Amino acid sequence: MRNLTLPLSDEVVRSLSVGDPVSLSGVMLTGRDAAHKWMVETFIRRTRPVQGGDRETVEAIRPLLAGGALYHCGPVVAGLDTKDYRFVAAGPTTSTREEPYQSDVMHHFGVKAVIGKGGMGAKTLAACRDVPGVYLHAIGGAATLIAATVAKVLGVYKLEFGVPEAMWVIEVKDFPAVVTMDAHGASRHAEIEARSKSILERLIAT
Amino acid sequence: MRDLTEEFVELIRRTSTNLPADVERALAQARARETDGSAARGALDTILDNVEMSRRHSTPICQDTGTPIFYVRYPEGWSTRALRGQIRSAVVQATERSFLRPNAVDSLTDKNSGNNLGDDAFPTVHFEEVEGDELVVDLMLKGGGCENVGAQYSLPNSALGAGRDLAGVRKVVLDAVHKAQGQGCAPGILGVAVGGDRGSSYWASKEVLFRKMDDANPDPKLAEMETRLASEANQLGIGPMGFGGETTVLGVKMTSRHRLPASFFVSVSYMCWAHRRRRMIVRGDDVRYE
Repeated sequence: MRNLTLPLSDEVVRSLSVGDPVSLSGVMLTGRDAAHKWMVETFIRRTRPVQGGDRETVEAIRPLLAGGALYHCGPVVAGLDTKDYRFVAAGPTTSTREEPYQSDVMHHFGVKAVIGKGGMGAKTLAACRDVPGVYLHAIGGAATLIAATVAKVLGVYKLEFGVPEAMWVIEVKDFPAVVTMDAHGASRHAEIEARSKSILERLIAT
Repeated sequence: MRDLTEEFVELIRRTSTNLPADVERALAQARARETDGSAARGALDTILDNVEMSRRHSTPICQDTGTPIFYVRYPEGWSTRALRGQIRSAVVQATERSFLRPNAVDSLTDKNSGNNLGDDAFPTVHFEEVEGDELVVDLMLKGGGCENVGAQYSLPNSALGAGRDLAGVRKVVLDAVHKAQGQGCAPGILGVAVGGDRGSSYWASKEVLFRKMDDANPDPKLAEMETRLASEANQLGIGPMGFGGETTVLGVKMTSRHRLPASFFVSVSYMCWAHRRRRMIVRGDDVRYE
């Protein structure tokens, strides 16, 4: 088990390989479908005008994303009425939906760790090599166990997207994950996909 | 007619925070099959620890508490309008108490209602009047990750060499498992419906997931196909979470529906390992949960 402290240096990122179990501590940000679309359309491709509090929000999240971790997660959060937020359940969501955006977000904001489940595709794998970065696979459905590693909810942005889609700033301690895509071009997901495809072809030929 | 709102909240709490014993047993058996020290074994260790913690803390096993799908079988004399109202109130209360995540999003405005109430199909409630004096309510919470990897095929399918028979069904189901990889939170449980129209076929593929993990299909041909498909799906080696390993699916449940001469649909509903289903039975003043 490798203990990693956020933010990550290039050196630490490059020292990680597919298959390594890791334990993360430090501050990270959640972001999923609505957040990725908003970041890319407003600040990277600029197909949508900057409006409302966009400018202030992006300035606040930039330092968290630089060298940091972006967690694909739509949590169950208690304390919404008092703003004394607590994560109750917080497993990963399926990452592949962010494939059209992830590489741009990693490059633009300097994100070095993407955390989710199910793995991502070739564009994100190329970004892992170039930025450099890693994809960390959390255990899908392990929501109570992962929420217990969230020591503190430090704040929230874009709550108007709804609780699952908002960008939550969380401080974690010993958040468990496994490296499944590394900065050297290796992807456990590509490997399993290819191997299972050849077995499938053999099975359905009969 | 009594007000069952509180009992519905309790049914939701039990469903969201505790796995049925047969599913947990199947996960423990899967864990024993994986090599010590492998990523697959580690994933199942974490999954089983999480189930235990969720039960102890009474918190959701998975943060995606899905679309609440209720099947209500009621004896004569109950008002479905009143029951629907009680279920909707219970869903709101369960959301306030963090047993459910606010999950109902308006598809045109992107606005999350915040309380899990959407249109008439959110939560989904099916009613059927039955003989006898017991009110039986089944609840399933099916998350979006596994719902997204469900698939429907129209046979024949020439790309897969699948004709209009059980041999063709076998091929498309294996294709669906391959396409899903680990993204539906493997090891999953497959609900497969053969026949029907596009709508009834998908519903049947979900309803069959209410069957127990270790029961046998009453139809011998389907029983044999369930066993064969589970074994062959596991040969694909996708494994828990798609990490590679021995167990890709925990089981396969199949059913069939009459079809039109022109149509031959095969629907596959992929249920994640967090197969949250529970039953409540009301008889007079007595309420019990299974």
